[in-house]
Amino acid sequence: MTVRLGGGQGFYGDGVAPVADLLDAGVDYLVCEALAELTLAILQKDRQRDESLGFTRDLPLYLQAALPFVLDGRTRFITNAGGINPIAAGRAVKATAAALGVSGLKVATVVGDDVRPRASALGLPDDALFANAYLGARPIVDALDAGAHIVITGRVADAALFLAPLVHELGWRWDDWDRLAAGVVVGHLLECSGQVTGGNYSGAWWENPAPARIAFPIAEVEEDGTAVITKPSTAGGMVTFDTVREQLLYEVHDPSRYLSPDVVADFTSLTLHDLGDDRVRVSGTRGAPAPETYKGLVCTPAGWAGEARLAYSWPDAEAKARAALRFVRTRAEANGVPIEEWHEEYFGVNAYGGPTVGDHPGCEPPEVVGRLAWRTNDPESAGRVAREIGVLGLSGPPTISGMGRGGAGRPTQLLSVEPFLVDRTLVDAQVRVEVDEL
Amino acid sequence: MPRFASRWTSCSALRPPGCKTLGVAKIQLRDLCGARSGDKGDISDVSLFADDEAAYEAIRAEVTAARVKAHFGDLVRGDVLRYEAHNVWALKFVMHGALGGGAPRSLRSDNLGKTHGASLLRMWVDVPDEVAANARRRHAPLPG
Repeated sequence: MTVRLGGGQGFYGDGVAPVADLLDAGVDYLVCEALAELTLAILQKDRQRDESLGFTRDLPLYLQAALPFVLDGRTRFITNAGGINPIAAGRAVKATAAALGVSGLKVATVVGDDVRPRASALGLPDDALFANAYLGARPIVDALDAGAHIVITGRVADAALFLAPLVHELGWRWDDWDRLAAGVVVGHLLECSGQVTGGNYSGAWWENPAPARIAFPIAEVEEDGTAVITKPSTAGGMVTFDTVREQLLYEVHDPSRYLSPDVVADFTSLTLHDLGDDRVRVSGTRGAPAPETYKGLVCTPAGWAGEARLAYSWPDAEAKARAALRFVRTRAEANGVPIEEWHEEYFGVNAYGGPTVGDHPGCEPPEVVGRLAWRTNDPESAGRVAREIGVLGLSGPPTISGMGRGGAGRPTQLLSVEPFLVDRTLVDAQVRVEVDEL
Repeated sequence: MPRFASRWTSCSALRPPGCKTLGVAKIQLRDLCGARSGDKGDISDVSLFADDEAAYEAIRAEVTAARVKAHFGDLVRGDVLRYEAHNVWALKFVMHGALGGGAPRSLRSDNLGKTHGASLLRMWVDVPDEVAANARRRHAPLPG
């Protein structure tokens, strides 16, 4: 038996069109991963404004693409789009389905990852904007075992979204560490959508076929955990040894001990075999028993920031940009604006490379963009700096340009996101799976 | 076609001064390796990929955690840990205190460390002549 999984989304705001190619190519499960570390902070702000929000609002777009295939029994749909408010996301799913006249579907909602109400008991800050544990695959498997066609979760480990249907379909045991690890590898390879099919490829990226119509990935997974990573042949992009290994190690820290709630996977144990024709086989993954704790993320306010970008032309573009940023800093400080931190960058010189560029980067650049960013304790102070920018127009170094329309933007709130560990039993006690039939 | 088909002087063409050691070549990592980077909190997570066994052994000897820490200077405030993934000819560098406090807190325009892999590729290393001769990483043409 082979299970076909499609990676339909890699973040909140990802492309939707590639999902149609996945569905046409045939996937048993369409899995949409919507939550980066930061996403819950965005969703928390949504929920503060409106209690019916707090989930990724592009969920209905993915759902509309998937629904005809779900109704035909050709695919099931799993997503963590519930974000900070899975209950509301479940309601939105039902509303979308009802508006299309759909009935007979089982929609499951997984809740219990939110530990903010127990922040003080867990030793977390009282002013947390969100505090969530990363759940594992078990509640999703429970939902699928209960016959759910659509599963909506909040924060779960990204790879667990993909591991769950494999456990459900292939009957893997919860102590079969090698198979569970193989499932986590599959999930990790698919969870960033186009990043395994040629997106962000650091090699000959310019040879990526039809890049504007890049395919999202498919995994064909066997009972023993062996998988082939591939893509719909109708779309662009590519799946090679190189694109797969770049995603394999993406953001994993120690690759020999990739921690997930369900298993510790050894990414250095597996073998990648490029079969050609956009097919790469992954085999031999080893696993070890799951950690005793869940990982969580807690988010707290961390001040306010503003920024401005000022472009200057050759000759002496870097000197002009540096003088302009000095001009703004000096005026803001003379006006008594309380600044906690300044940050300067020079695009065209070393904004990204910093000290790695060295002292002699090459020819004098034709233009340089200076970027000044600042942090304050309150939004009003952040806004006061922005008012010093416009003066540069007539009273600063020559050839200023590129300030864009609207000048310096509004101050934005900065957030601190810190990981924490939490006892599994505390979290598991509050996890619930609710299944509703439409 | 010339190797550097570009209007720009390639940094890789600007070889650093130094005496040639028999059997050893200087090469910039950008000609030898691929790289991808990402973030977790204030940690930048950089992977460096060699294209064959010999190149992997060469970067394993040359690109130490201490050298990477020194290479990034004040961009990386904390420790750099190195891990090896021989099965995919890759090294992993986990750089702490590397993102100005973490993506949603950082004042940097690259608050996610997406360019850190590329910045690592600026490093020059000493490799056996045959490793340098087999380096396969190419430079992009301008879109036509």
